[in-house]
Amino acid sequence: MEKKYGVYICKGCGIGESLNVDKVIDSVVSNTRFAKDKIKTHGVLCSPEGIAMIREDIKNEGVNALNICACSQRAKYEEFDFPGCVMVRTNLREMVVWSQEPGNEQTGAIAADYVGMGIIKMQKAELPEPGILENLNKTILVIGGGTAGLTAALEASAAGYEVAIVEKEAVLGGMAIKNFKALPSEYPFKELQALPVLEKIKKAESNPKIKIFKSTTVEKIDGQPGLYDVTLKTPAGEEALKAGAIVLAAGYKPYDATKLGKLGYGLPNVVTSTEFEEIAKKGGIKRPLDGKPAKKVAFIQCAGSRDPEHLPYCSHTCCMGSLKQAKYVREADPEAVAMILYKDIRTPGQSELFYMNMQNDPGVMLTKGEVKQVTQGVGGNLMIEAENTLFGGSVKIEADMVVLATGIVPATAGPQAYLDGLAKAAGKGDAEKAKFIEETPKPQFILNLGYRQGPEIPSMEGAFGFADSNFLCFQYETRRTGIYAAGCVRQPMTEAEAEADAAGAAMKAIQCMEHVAKGIAVHPRAWDQTYPDPLMARCTSCKRCTEECPFGAIDEDAKGTPFYKINRCRRCGTCMGACPERIVSFKDFNVDLIGSMIKSVDIPEDGIRVIVLACENDAYPALDTVGIRRQQKLNPAIRVIPVRCLGSTNLVWVADAFSRGVDGLLLLGCKFGEDYQCHFVKGSELANYRFSKVQETLNRLQLEAERCQMMEVGIDDYNKLPEKINQFVKKIEDEIGPNPFKGF
Amino acid sequence: MAQDPILVIGGGISGLTAAIEAAECGCEAVVVEKNAYLGGRVAQLNKYFPKLCPPLCGLEINYRRIKENPRLTFHTQAEVTSITASDGGYNVTIQVAPRFVNDKCVACDACAQACPSERSDDFNFGMSRTKAAYLPFDQAFPQKYVIDGASCKADCGRKCQEACKYGAIDMDMKPETLNLKVSAIVMATGWNPYDITRADNLGMGKVKNVINNMMMERLAAANGPTSGKILRPSDGKEPKKVAFVQCAGSRDENHLPYCSYICCLASLKHISYVKEQYPEAQATMFYIDVRTPGRYEKFYWKVRDMEGVTLTKGKVAKIYNAQGTDDPVVVIEDVLSGKKVEEQFDMVVLASGMEASQRTRPVPVSVSYTPEGMIIPSSLPPGIYASGTAKSPVDVAKSMQDATGIALKSIGKLLSSGGAN
Repeated sequence: MEKKYGVYICKGCGIGESLNVDKVIDSVVSNTRFAKDKIKTHGVLCSPEGIAMIREDIKNEGVNALNICACSQRAKYEEFDFPGCVMVRTNLREMVVWSQEPGNEQTGAIAADYVGMGIIKMQKAELPEPGILENLNKTILVIGGGTAGLTAALEASAAGYEVAIVEKEAVLGGMAIKNFKALPSEYPFKELQALPVLEKIKKAESNPKIKIFKSTTVEKIDGQPGLYDVTLKTPAGEEALKAGAIVLAAGYKPYDATKLGKLGYGLPNVVTSTEFEEIAKKGGIKRPLDGKPAKKVAFIQCAGSRDPEHLPYCSHTCCMGSLKQAKYVREADPEAVAMILYKDIRTPGQSELFYMNMQNDPGVMLTKGEVKQVTQGVGGNLMIEAENTLFGGSVKIEADMVVLATGIVPATAGPQAYLDGLAKAAGKGDAEKAKFIEETPKPQFILNLGYRQGPEIPSMEGAFGFADSNFLCFQYETRRTGIYAAGCVRQPMTEAEAEADAAGAAMKAIQCMEHVAKGIAVHPRAWDQTYPDPLMARCTSCKRCTEECPFGAIDEDAKGTPFYKINRCRRCGTCMGACPERIVSFKDFNVDLIGSMIKSVDIPEDGIRVIVLACENDAYPALDTVGIRRQQKLNPAIRVIPVRCLGSTNLVWVADAFSRGVDGLLLLGCKFGEDYQCHFVKGSELANYRFSKVQETLNRLQLEAERCQMMEVGIDDYNKLPEKINQFVKKIEDEIGPNPFKGF
Repeated sequence: MAQDPILVIGGGISGLTAAIEAAECGCEAVVVEKNAYLGGRVAQLNKYFPKLCPPLCGLEINYRRIKENPRLTFHTQAEVTSITASDGGYNVTIQVAPRFVNDKCVACDACAQACPSERSDDFNFGMSRTKAAYLPFDQAFPQKYVIDGASCKADCGRKCQEACKYGAIDMDMKPETLNLKVSAIVMATGWNPYDITRADNLGMGKVKNVINNMMMERLAAANGPTSGKILRPSDGKEPKKVAFVQCAGSRDENHLPYCSYICCLASLKHISYVKEQYPEAQATMFYIDVRTPGRYEKFYWKVRDMEGVTLTKGKVAKIYNAQGTDDPVVVIEDVLSGKKVEEQFDMVVLASGMEASQRTRPVPVSVSYTPEGMIIPSSLPPGIYASGTAKSPVDVAKSMQDATGIALKSIGKLLSSGGAN
């Protein structure tokens, strides 16, 4: 498209008072050689008259590339909406006049730099053309036929989508079908109910949109959202399937009770809660040893859970489960007693009402205490020793049967532990890696992705093997676009919670397929039509992009050349930051564009200039807020450039900045590590890693490494940020001194 | 084929999630929010547990998703006044209260500076005051001022109107009635902190320096009444000994019989706020059971193991002011030792429970409620769904899971009939 430019400077909101706009325009024209007659001003650009002025230029002059120099890109988005135009928002309000001392003579120079950078962006950015791949498929592959999988399948089919359920067992129903009865799921939370999963199985099996593969596992998944090639291993042999998105609902296994010998597992009449369901199903509650009706059943909570030696997390469902089983005991025999030994009773939300109802039953005894051991008593009975009880000190209790409330181990835990071990061994060298492979039994993988970065969803620090993202506010994010986890494979949850969760995962799967069909990204840039477009002729196959992409979007062909699977891409630009050849570009965001913006900044001969690259979701809004609050000022030495993610920062920008005489480079990105806040999961962490090696670049320029610093900034750090920036600037002023390249 | 939008009642985290997810699936969604801003309760939170990350971060992404999505529209200061079934969908009437500020507002603050009247700041639970012309908080979305008609005395000669250079003030703005045909309705009406003054023994409103957990969020928040510095209300003193009283109203048949899900984790989070600002501070949490389900257990361990943190099992009997001081005294029976304990603190934080907004402001839908105003989902008419804390107390994570699934249910019919675009 041939571009016709228009620059519009607003004088409202104090811009006209704080700045001599005519002088700013003169500086911009002299710095950028941009045509002065294409720069217009308006008293209130967002007013109907201001908007009309722009619209007229679009209509009459054919202007199709705009640099709106007014408020932040976060404000007045409805007014400044000109479809079909390249749009740049230059933030003169929050970032300049609202965050500078009034009448400061530097304010004009700051504004001129920002307007100039906006002009470069306007000149270099292109309108996106959505990249839509052909032959897209809209079938959802659901892995797991338990409560979560069946719910996801039913919800997706109700919305008109085809589904394929893959269940490794010969029957559907997962763990839920092993139950005798289910917990109440609605007020007054009193009576147990028939298994809801039975109804789901019936519905799924009779649904023409749902294809069910039993006794089947996934052998291989290749491709990307909309274009998955799935190979199934069915009893009849291999079967190929095409899918558009995947719901991972592989469920859980109860914690291995053989590790709980201390709690008596292995003794006759000590069973797990899963085994107890089977006993209850047979009718009556009869002891396994002698078939005698159990009169006093003790339930030991947290059998494995909340225990640093076993499962450090709470399995969430066991308190409710044991209360339910206590009800089995009481309903089977009104004379029988159920005793629950717990650390804390955890019945959050309205499940408390079920707990209350059970507490009101005099045949249910609840005792706080930590069980130290369970030993054999007489006549097949068991002796339970507990400490820290409410009776003070330790007690011994006799029961004729013990039920261990074993915790939840997600199906992903085994594969993740294996892959983590493998990665660790590989880090120590090929010999260690070979040794690991030889000595470690390979677990049953679930997804078997043919991705360069590995066969499963990468494990998350602190997630204990669950396929969870550790995102609070975007629950379904995973590092494998198009694959959404649901149910206990993600977090420990009850059946009712798994149903809600699975519907959500189905929603995200559908949304992903619809977005790739339109050529738009999925969360968190769910509007973005741009995509990375590498100039492969210049690729050296260094593989940095394939290794760093947080979403595993880039595979390698047989020759080791990167192959971008854009439907997996989340548009963070980490590949663009990683590439030493600088060949990865988005239409409106690329190495040359940002580098040119940096190079356009005017460098004062005396005085410090600092370039700030800021994450546009967190650090940039925090800086904006400094302006909105107008209680603190931003250091006049800084020039802020927002980036999609700090992961997109390319080291060449360091050279660009310092060779031009910039005195400091500050990177403001999100917190990383276990409690990361980066919405691209690994972007800020990768940036930090990359810049820890910046020394090399700076040494080459004979500059001090401290000139370049990364800070972890949250969106709510606006009250601390100005001072942190001041300290950095001051350090350059007082300790490091100006860049010696200045003036060259 | 043109399709009717879905209506989402409530613009908190649950409602926003439902509406945005539906809109990103190609369906039209309309959000009706009673406050002047979107974000609901989470906008008032300083940090989320267990990551201690700012809710504004996720809200920022959600606001951007709204800005970029033409299929999503919203009305603030709005309430649904009638819902009638019609032709497989519903006709709804929405009342929009006058904001007295129009779309020309640039959020320059001139009106607030000129305004001579003040109001109690409900965003900060009355711990600060704003002008009658105000921005609900610094990062409020939409970024647009409001004039509180009840606090504006209108006898100043319309100083705000005079001060506004943008013609954004319109004191003659009238309530507006909108009629809409919708295909489905999501009730995401959220919750209020339980009014714990009803528990006489806990001293809220009577004993100095007894606050509730949501007030603690505001005290710790950088955009709160103390700019994020935790100071006790009576004298602005730095609290060095703080009590956290769990189940203040919850798990109590005289108040809320259910467990409010989030309060244990919220108090553990509050302890970490206190310890971050005052590393030498003492914090005691009085609890019945510590409820930190799933992976939250790790956060419990982290806070429990901090120096100066004590957890005592027991239900608080009484809270009173120590004579001659502003210090509250907590009376409790320590269940584990069996001893009655009286302990003086600088400040007490009551973990007040979650009460469904529906209890006091029901949406005009024929539906059954629990005695505490929680929606009973099976009683909902076809095409109407409840999401998040409108039907049971949950945390943000569960609320978002629920809202995402509810979004699918509410648009299922549209999608299967090809109604998305």
